Amino acid sequence: MTSNDKIIEIEVLRYRPEQDEKPFLQSFKVPFTDDQSVLQGVQYIKDYLDGSLSFRWSCRMAICGSCGMMINGVPKLSCKTFLREYYPGKITLEALKHFPIEKDLIIDLSDFINKLESIKPYIIPAAPRTLEQGEYLQTPRQLDRIAQFSSCINCMLCYAACPQYGLKPDYLGPAAITLLHRYNEDNRDAAKAERMQLLNAHEGVWGCTLVGYCSDVCPKDVDPAAAINRNKLNSTMDYFLRFVAPRGGN
Amino acid sequence: MSTRKPYVRPMAGWWLKNPVYVRYILRESTAVFVGIYAVILLVGLLRLSSGEAAWNNWLIAMQSPGAILFHVVAMGAAVYHSVTWFSVAPKVMPPLMFNGEKVPVAKIVAGQYIFAGIIYLVLLGLILWG
Ligand code: SF4
Ligand code: FES
Repeated sequence: MTSNDKIIEIEVLRYRPEQDEKPFLQSFKVPFTDDQSVLQGVQYIKDYLDGSLSFRWSCRMAICGSCGMMINGVPKLSCKTFLREYYPGKITLEALKHFPIEKDLIIDLSDFINKLESIKPYIIPAAPRTLEQGEYLQTPRQLDRIAQFSSCINCMLCYAACPQYGLKPDYLGPAAITLLHRYNEDNRDAAKAERMQLLNAHEGVWGCTLVGYCSDVCPKDVDPAAAINRNKLNSTMDYFLRFVAPRGGN
Repeated sequence: MSTRKPYVRPMAGWWLKNPVYVRYILRESTAVFVGIYAVILLVGLLRLSSGEAAWNNWLIAMQSPGAILFHVVAMGAAVYHSVTWFSVAPKVMPPLMFNGEKVPVAKIVAGQYIFAGIIYLVLLGLILWG
C-alpha cells in the first residue's frame, strides 16, 4: 500500500452458518488503485483484514463464471467490475440473490446444477457416428444460429436478476432454458422432442413473464430473454401440432 | 456432523428494490387501464344496441371530466405499454433474416414505430375524410 492509494468503503453481507442466525453487514476500509477489480477488493479484505471472509473465484478474467455477486444490488462478475467506478461512494456486496447463502458471498448452487443436468446439455445424435465416420459436421451458418447462446459461462447472474426464479424456485430459469435452446437448435442434435417436455411444463418457458433483466446483466451478451421468449412460440406450436402429429411437432 | 445451514433470503417487497423491477410492474399494471377501457367500449356497444337515447346518454357520460381524465390516463398507459413492447419484440420473434444476415434489433424496433405511425395516419385519414 503506497501513500497515494485511495481508500474505499466496502460493506459485505456476512453470514457464518456456525455462529449467525441471519446475515449482517460488515464494513471494511480498502485501499485501492484504479486498475483493481472488486474481486481484488475482497481478496484484500481476506488477506489483510478478515481471513474468515468466504467467496468464490478462479480465472480473474470473466470466463470461469464463479465470482458473481450482488454489487450495490446489481448482479455482476466481481472480476470484471472495477472499484474506481464506485469511488468515492461505498460498495455493498451480497451473495447472488435468489439462491440460498451457504456462507458469506458463497451461494448454494446445487439447484442450478440440477437444472443444467436436466436439460441434457450435450449433443444427442440421431445415429451415433463411429470413429471412422469422423466428426459431426456443421456449417458456419448452422453455427451462427447457436453461437450466441453457446457463449454462456454458467455464472448465474441471470438467475440473480430474475424475480420469477426468486418467487418460484422450480422455474427452470434463464441460463438452463437458453442452453436447452442452444442444443435444440443444433443441427447435429436429435433430442428436441425430449427437451420440449421440459420447455412446455409450467416450470419451463411459461414461468417467464419477460422482465428482461436477465439479458441486461449477462456478461457474455447471451440474451437469455430472447432464447426463452422465442421458445414460447415453439412451445405453443408443439402443443398444437401434438393434435395433428402423434410425437409433437418434431 | 454437517454445520450447513443455507440461509434463504425473503422476497417480500422485491419489486421496489430495483428500478428495473419498478418499471416492469408499471408495464404490467398498464393492463388494468387497457382492461377498463375495453369494458367501457363494450358498454358503449350495448348502449348502441338499445336505441338512440341510450347511445346519446353514453356519449354524454363520455364527455364528463372524470371520463376524459380516465381516457388521458389510459392513453398514457397504452403508449407506455406500446413503447416497452416495441423494445422487447425482437426478443419474442425468431431472428429476422434478410439476404442471409440477421436484421439488427434497432432496425426492427424502428420498423415497428414506422408501421404504427402509418396505421395511425390511415386511421386519422379515415376519421377526418372517410
Ligand atoms: S446466460 Fe449469461 S448471465 Fe446467465 S449464466 Fe449464462 S453467461 Fe451468466
Ligand atoms: S473469477 Fe472467473 S469469472 Fe470472475
